[in-house]
Amino acid sequence: MTPLLFIEQLLNGLQFGVMLFLMSAGLTLVFGVMGLINLAHGSLYMIGAFAAAAVAAATGSFILALMASLAAAALAGALIELTIIRRLYDRDHLDQVLATFALILIFSEGTRWLFGSFPLFLDVPAALAGPVTLPGGIEYPTYRLTIIVIGFLVAAGMFALINRTRIGIRIRAGEADREMIAALGVDIAKLYTFVFALGAALAGFAGALVGAIQSVQVGMGEPVLILAFVVIVIGGIGSIKGAFVGALLVGLTDTMGRFLLPQVFALFMEPSAAVSIGSALASMLIYILMAGVLVMRPRGLYGVS
Amino acid sequence: MSRETYLNIATLAVLAGVPLWAWMADEPFTITLATRAVIFALAGVGLNLALGLGGLVSLGHAAFFGIGGYAMGILASHAQSYTPLIEVPFVIEGTKSMIVIWLVAILASALAALAIGVLSLRTSGVYFIMITLAFGQMIYYFAISWPAYGGEDGLSIYLRNDFPGVNTLMPMQFFGLCFAILCLVLVGMNLLQKSAFGLALSAARQNETRVLSVGMEPYKLRLVAFVISGAITGLAGALFADLNRFVSPTMLSWQMSGEIMIFIIIGGVGRLFGPVIGAMIFILLEHVLGGLSEFWHVYLGALLLGIVLFAKGGVIGALAGREKAHD
Amino acid sequence: MTDTVLRVENLFKSFGALRATNDVSLDLRAGEIHALIGPNGAGKSTLIQQITGHLASDSGRVFLMEEDLAGIGPAGRARRGLGRTFQISSLAMEHTVLQNAVLGALGRRGHAMSFFKPVMKDVALLEAAHSALDQVGLAQHGAVRTADLSHGQRRQLEVAVALTLRPKVFLMDEPMAGLGLEGAQQMIGLLTELRNSAPILLIEHDMDAVFALADRISVLVYGEVIATGTPDEIRVNPEIRRAYLGDDVPL
Repeated sequence: MTPLLFIEQLLNGLQFGVMLFLMSAGLTLVFGVMGLINLAHGSLYMIGAFAAAAVAAATGSFILALMASLAAAALAGALIELTIIRRLYDRDHLDQVLATFALILIFSEGTRWLFGSFPLFLDVPAALAGPVTLPGGIEYPTYRLTIIVIGFLVAAGMFALINRTRIGIRIRAGEADREMIAALGVDIAKLYTFVFALGAALAGFAGALVGAIQSVQVGMGEPVLILAFVVIVIGGIGSIKGAFVGALLVGLTDTMGRFLLPQVFALFMEPSAAVSIGSALASMLIYILMAGVLVMRPRGLYGVS
Repeated sequence: MSRETYLNIATLAVLAGVPLWAWMADEPFTITLATRAVIFALAGVGLNLALGLGGLVSLGHAAFFGIGGYAMGILASHAQSYTPLIEVPFVIEGTKSMIVIWLVAILASALAALAIGVLSLRTSGVYFIMITLAFGQMIYYFAISWPAYGGEDGLSIYLRNDFPGVNTLMPMQFFGLCFAILCLVLVGMNLLQKSAFGLALSAARQNETRVLSVGMEPYKLRLVAFVISGAITGLAGALFADLNRFVSPTMLSWQMSGEIMIFIIIGGVGRLFGPVIGAMIFILLEHVLGGLSEFWHVYLGALLLGIVLFAKGGVIGALAGREKAHD
Repeated sequence: MTDTVLRVENLFKSFGALRATNDVSLDLRAGEIHALIGPNGAGKSTLIQQITGHLASDSGRVFLMEEDLAGIGPAGRARRGLGRTFQISSLAMEHTVLQNAVLGALGRRGHAMSFFKPVMKDVALLEAAHSALDQVGLAQHGAVRTADLSHGQRRQLEVAVALTLRPKVFLMDEPMAGLGLEGAQQMIGLLTELRNSAPILLIEHDMDAVFALADRISVLVYGEVIATGTPDEIRVNPEIRRAYLGDDVPL
C-alpha cells in the first residue's frame, strides 16, 4: 500500500461522504421540522439523476443537466408535499412509512415505464474529465474533487441558511414549536412545502452528481437512502451538523474499510480468503459503527434527548 | 360469533379451497400461488406480533425471512454435496430433513432478532424504524459479499427437503404442510394475544408509562415479542426457500421487508387474520395485475396509498368494523 | 421512627438553571395522608417523578421500608410497593376497564411471561381486579373501553389500578383535578378508606380536600419544603401566608 493510494482512497471516502450529506440534509430537516420519515427521498435522488441524464442527452450541457436535476427534484418534492405528504404530518410513523413506501413503488415503476429498464449514462463534462495533480504528486479525478468542493460549499450554504437567515430562524422555530410560529403569523404550510422542496432539490442534485460516476437507473436511490438513514441515526435526527459529521464518518469508514480490511486480513490469511472475509466484513462496518454509536448515545452524536 | 370470526373462517376456507379445486382441476401453478400466499401470510403473522400488538414498526423483517431461507439453503446444499457444514471443533453435517431445517431456521432467526432487538429497542419511534432497516441492510450486504453460499447469485437446491410421510414434491402435499403450519401458528398467536403477555405487550404499545408503573419492563416485553416475531418470520423464510428450491439475497432485501408490511396493512394491522387476508390479496394482485401490466407495482403503490390515507383498518377493518377489546 | 414507610432525603433535581427540587426531605408514616401543596411550578410533580424513578435525581436518596431505592428503575420501584396515580390519566385506552385492572394485578404477580393461558380467565387476577374496581365504584363498568370512560371515571380507574398492586405506599398526583363537586366528594371518601391499607403521599390543589384529609401537610415553594406540620399548624404559619399571597388558599 502506497501513501498515494491511501490518500486517494481518503479522498474517495470524502467524496462519498459529502454526497451522503446532500442526501441526509433534506431527510434530517424534514424529520426535524415536520416529524416525517420519508422513504421516498431516494426516489427524489433518482428523479434528479434521470432529469439530468435526459437533459444532458438532449442539450449536451452538463450545467443545464444539473439545473434540471435541481428543478425536477424540487418540483416533484413540492408536488408530492402538496398532494400527499402534508396529509401525513399528523399521522403515526407507520402510516408515513407505508405511504412513502407506496410512493417509491409508484416513482420507480413510473420511471421504468418512461425510461425503460436499461441504465442511462451521464458523461462527466469535458472540462472536468481528466485527472488533476494535487500537491504531493497525487493524481485525482477532477470531477470527484469538484464534487467534494461542491459538497462543502452546499454544507456551508446550509449552515448559513439555517443559522443566518430569516427562513432559517423560522425553520428552527418550527422544530421547536409549531403552534408558536403559526401564532406569530408564519405560514406553516408554505414553510413546510419550501423545506420539503429544498431537501428534495438537494437529493436530486446528489443523484445527478453521482449519476456521472455511476449509471443512472431505477432503484439507484434506495441503497443511498438507507445509508442516509445510518448517517442520520449516527448524527442525531434533526441536526444538520450531525448529518454532516455522520455523513463524513460513514463515507470514510465505508471506503477505508473496503480498502484496508482485505489488506489487514491478508497479513495472516491466504489472499483469496482475506479478500472475501475482508470485503464481507467491510460491507458491515458502517452498521457496526452505527450500533456502537447507539450503545453510547441512543439519540445520536448531536441529537437532543 | 363476531363478524370478524366469520370473516376469518371464510378466509381459511378460501385459502384451503382454491388449491383443493386447483388440485382436482390439475392446475399445479395455482397450488403454488396458494402456497406462496400461505407462506407470505406466515411471515406477516410473525411481523404482526411486533408491529400490530407491540407497536414496533420494524422495517427489517426481511432479515429474519432471509436467515430462515439461508438456514434451509445452507443445510440442504451441504447435504446434497455430502460435505460437512463445519469440521472443527466437531463435525456438523447438512440435512434434508425439514423438521431439523425448521428448528435451525427458527433458532437462527430468533438469535438474530435477539441481537438486533437488544440494540434497536434501546430506541423508539423513527430511530427504531431506521435502525431495523439498517441492520436488515447489513445482513443483506453480508449475504451478497460472502461468496461461500452463492453471494449475489443465491443458492439452488435440486430437490425439495423431506418430511416424514409426505411427498413434498407434490404441490398439494407441500401446500398442506405449509397450511398446517400456518394454522398452528395462528392458533398459537390467538392464544398469545389473549395471554398475560399479550395484554402487557399491547398495553406497553398504548401506554409505556402505565406498564412501568405496574412494575413491568416494556423493554423486556418488546424484546421477547421481537424475538418470537423474528422466529416466525424465519420459519416462513425456510418454507419459502423450500417452495422455490432457491434462496438469494433478494429474500433479505428491504423491499421484502416492505412487502411483508404491506400484507399486514392490506388486511388490517393487529388483526389475527390481517396478514393472511393481506397476503392472499397481494398474491391475487400480483397475479392479476402482473398479467395486465409489467408495471403492476404502480397500481400496488396506488392501492397502498389509498388504504393508508383513507381506509386505515384494511380489509378487516372495512368488513368487520373496529376491533373489539377481547376479553 | 419505626413507622416510617417512605423516607426522602435531600433530593435535588435541576433542569438547566432551574432548580425543580432543592434539598427536599420528607417522610410518610403508616396510616397517614401526607399532603404536598405549593404553587404551580413548585416542583411537586418533579418530586413524585423522582420518588417513582421516572426521573433520575441529581442527588439524594429515597427509602421504602428502609430499603434504599438508588439504582432501581420505575418498574422495580413499583414492584417494591410504590403505587402511583398520574396527574394526567395514564391508562391503556384501547383496553377495557377490567383489562386495565387485570394489568395491575399482573404487575403485582411480578411477571407477564405467560403466553398461552387466557389472562382474562385467570381467577386470581380477576378477583383482585374486580375487588379493586368495586372499591373505587367502577364495578359496573368493567366491560367498557377505557377511552369511553368519563374523566372522573378514568381518575377512579387510575386509583383502582394502583390498588391492584397492593402497594406499601400510594403516590397520588392531583387525583381530584378536573373532578366536579360530586366526584371530588367521592374521591375524598375513597382516599379516606385507602389510608387504612397504605399511607398516601398526596399532591393536590383542592385545598378543601387537603385540609379535610391530610394528617400532615408539607409546603413546597421553588423546590424547597418551607414547612411541614398538621393542617392547623400550616393554617397559621405566616411564612406560608406570604408564599401563597394572592393564591386562593382558604386561611
